[in-house]
Amino acid sequence: MRLTDSLRAVLAPLAGALLGLFLGALLIAATGANPVAAYSTMLAGALGGQRPIVETLLKTGPLLLMGLGLTVAFRGKVWNIGGEGQYFMGALAGATVGLLFQATLPAIVLIPLMALAGMAGGALWAGLAALLKIRFNINEIITTLMLNYIAQYTVLYLARGPLKDPESFLPQSAQLVGAARLPTLFGTRVHIGVLIGVLLIPLIYLLLWQTPLGMRIRAIGSSPTVAFAAGMNVTWGLAFALLFSGALAGLTGMTEVSALHLRLKDGLSGDYGFTGILVALLGRLHPVGVLVAAIFFAVLSIGAQSMHSVYGLPIALAQMVQALVVLFVLVADALARRKST
Amino acid sequence: MTTPPTQTTPPVVEMRGIVKRFPGVLANDHVDLQLQKGEILGLLGENGAGKTTLMNILYGLYQPDAGEIVLHGQRVQLRSVHDAIARGLGMVHQHFMLAQPFTVAENMVLGQGSPRWPLLEKGRQVQERITALSQQYGLKVDPAAHVWQLSVGQQQRVEILKALYRGAEVLILDEPTAVLTPQEVDELVVILRKLAATGRSLIFISHKLHEVMNVCDRVAVLRDGRLVDVVKTSATNPAHLSRLMVGRDVQFRTEKVPAAPTTVRLDLRELRVNDDRALPALRGINLTVRAGEIVGIAGVEGNGQRELEEAILGLRPVEQGQVLVDGQDVTGVSPGVMLATGLGYVPSDRYRTALLADFSIAENLVLSKVAQPPFTRWGLLNGRAILAHAEKLVKAFNVRTPSVTTAVGKLSGGNAQKVVLARELAHQPSVLLVAQPTRGVDVGAIEFIHQELIHQRDQGMAILLISTELEEILNLSDRIVVLYEGEIMGECPGADADLQQVGLMMAGARQSQPQLAQQQPAQRQAESGGLHAAH
Repeated sequence: MRLTDSLRAVLAPLAGALLGLFLGALLIAATGANPVAAYSTMLAGALGGQRPIVETLLKTGPLLLMGLGLTVAFRGKVWNIGGEGQYFMGALAGATVGLLFQATLPAIVLIPLMALAGMAGGALWAGLAALLKIRFNINEIITTLMLNYIAQYTVLYLARGPLKDPESFLPQSAQLVGAARLPTLFGTRVHIGVLIGVLLIPLIYLLLWQTPLGMRIRAIGSSPTVAFAAGMNVTWGLAFALLFSGALAGLTGMTEVSALHLRLKDGLSGDYGFTGILVALLGRLHPVGVLVAAIFFAVLSIGAQSMHSVYGLPIALAQMVQALVVLFVLVADALARRKST
Repeated sequence: MTTPPTQTTPPVVEMRGIVKRFPGVLANDHVDLQLQKGEILGLLGENGAGKTTLMNILYGLYQPDAGEIVLHGQRVQLRSVHDAIARGLGMVHQHFMLAQPFTVAENMVLGQGSPRWPLLEKGRQVQERITALSQQYGLKVDPAAHVWQLSVGQQQRVEILKALYRGAEVLILDEPTAVLTPQEVDELVVILRKLAATGRSLIFISHKLHEVMNVCDRVAVLRDGRLVDVVKTSATNPAHLSRLMVGRDVQFRTEKVPAAPTTVRLDLRELRVNDDRALPALRGINLTVRAGEIVGIAGVEGNGQRELEEAILGLRPVEQGQVLVDGQDVTGVSPGVMLATGLGYVPSDRYRTALLADFSIAENLVLSKVAQPPFTRWGLLNGRAILAHAEKLVKAFNVRTPSVTTAVGKLSGGNAQKVVLARELAHQPSVLLVAQPTRGVDVGAIEFIHQELIHQRDQGMAILLISTELEEILNLSDRIVVLYEGEIMGECPGADADLQQVGLMMAGARQSQPQLAQQQPAQRQAESGGLHAAH
């Protein structure tokens, strides 16, 4: 019974992915292109060799960080839709600290400082929503979503105004250099942000299932009334869940700006705040599941890119294929879950 | 009752060899059941015996793993509730399936097709049909009333009406009397008899022996998923039925020694509390509970019981007045502080306020103390201590479960209640607040819970018992206080309580001292009773 259930949990999403790819193949064929060739480019682009794998890992890192944070929030049924805004605020705080001190502080001090600033930025932004929820009982779905826009355009404004690089015509901040850049691993472009994500997997597991705080969050997610009646401080549990996911979203923003973008500018977002929601849910709010889901999304997204850039498929079509696969995996997963309960 | 024609026509419903497995449990084990036209068939069994599962299969909610369902001699497969309704089955669930903000009439047509599609059926036609049905069966309801305005008993009538409105020939009632006052039960019985007399067939799920005896023509008894026997009520008695149901003799009256109350543990002073609609629900309650006594709050449901338990715990704000535990003013503190002060709480609605259905038994057993040693050490949960604690309590309280890591939501009502009781008693509270401790609990577990409460009383615990089961109040209480519309009508000693007098107070007659002296000259209860009733 249990074996078939877990088998189904693995097989169903796989079948969904195949079905999505099949429909995608029909679409590709309809445009006159060769689906087999397109898909082999996709696979090679995401996993064939060191460079593609590095690209995939670079995409996995932020999805993982974001997904892990949201896992904690969603376990408490705190629906943080504002990962995107918290990401921007984390990037802003991290980059500002970096720009201020990159000339004076060594990396070993500066990078942790930037990380803390990034987490604080994200947590503060989520804290606004937490405050509104606790103080006025305003739904966090609405507040976090609205705060996204404010954060995004605040950062863009700052990049055009006060933080604008005086030596550039472009609307962007000065560049992070030297000590403010995230260290990389093994001589590749893979940075320690990815490593932090992986290291956080067991820690999040520990937090959720081996600490009283984690149990409180899960209890609140199961029934806030029961948690409250059992003497738990529900308010702080909710606040923690929201702030924690905000902090990890902020950290994601900081790692991305410090490792890849190097400046505050347009295009800073990778939509991680939104894709992270899918990663967390598809990973069934379990840290290991989140890792699998993050890799899955990274492979799909990098693969779709190379279908476009290498094989020459229109970008719209490549992204449609990606969306089809995600959609079918989600549906198959939902169906499998409904059957198994 | 006339005997139904058994041989000539096929039964209305026949279930053959029904098997249903859930992980770790065989809920129905080759159950055969026959329902004849125009009869009321009782389905009796302890909680967890498989009654509800069997009926959910008949109602299309579950698919059986084996066995078949035959309606009017025709084999059918009921894939959904829709199928079941279309074939003339109707079910009145324990928890009503009504849209609260909608009117009675709107609830009738909710989810139904309409002759005027895409518009709803004409309101007047619906109302006429409702009126016709209610007159035929004496189901008095106002079709224009909103469901939330109706009492529990009226809502149940709406449920029955809804099933009839949708053409139910067979009506399944899942523990219909659990939520009713004694008077409402009587009214329901009359309605059920009328339904049977007009040729509808009824299945009456219950674990209350006297009700089954009173209402049903035949009784099918389930135990541990198996059909033990089907007997005619005219040819049996409650003692026999209880033996069939539990598999052994059950004691109906809990033995106890006289109480020896000492110091006041719980003290409520002029307590005023509002209900969910911000209307007064408690209008100045004065009450004390001493160590070593059980004070029973009797009363018809909805007279402030829920507000009382929630206000004491701190789930509901206190408008005026005070709550004192061991002389300490704890008015308006959070449940966390309340529990730390020494209150134990067994609520009336377990899954709303006490248990996390998707959490394990072990986790639920430490819910309120999880952050303290030995359950947490060095900031991490101590799984071994949590499991050992659970094993100990599960054994001591005889919770029937495959393991302590089983989700609480999979337990039967009685076993789930034992988990709550075990947790609260394990913390050794000085005051125990118990509300409806045996609601939805089987006979075996009721006996256990009652004995445990009396045992704790003898050990010096102060127990405030809120129950709408008069029998339970009479059985356990050392003092009985009657609550009516948020006020205390009077008080009398638990031993040799005058049933008639308690009943009058439950109906709103305030206890007066001359009346007392007249009715019960032998009992000197005016002293203790007058204290709280006089205001």
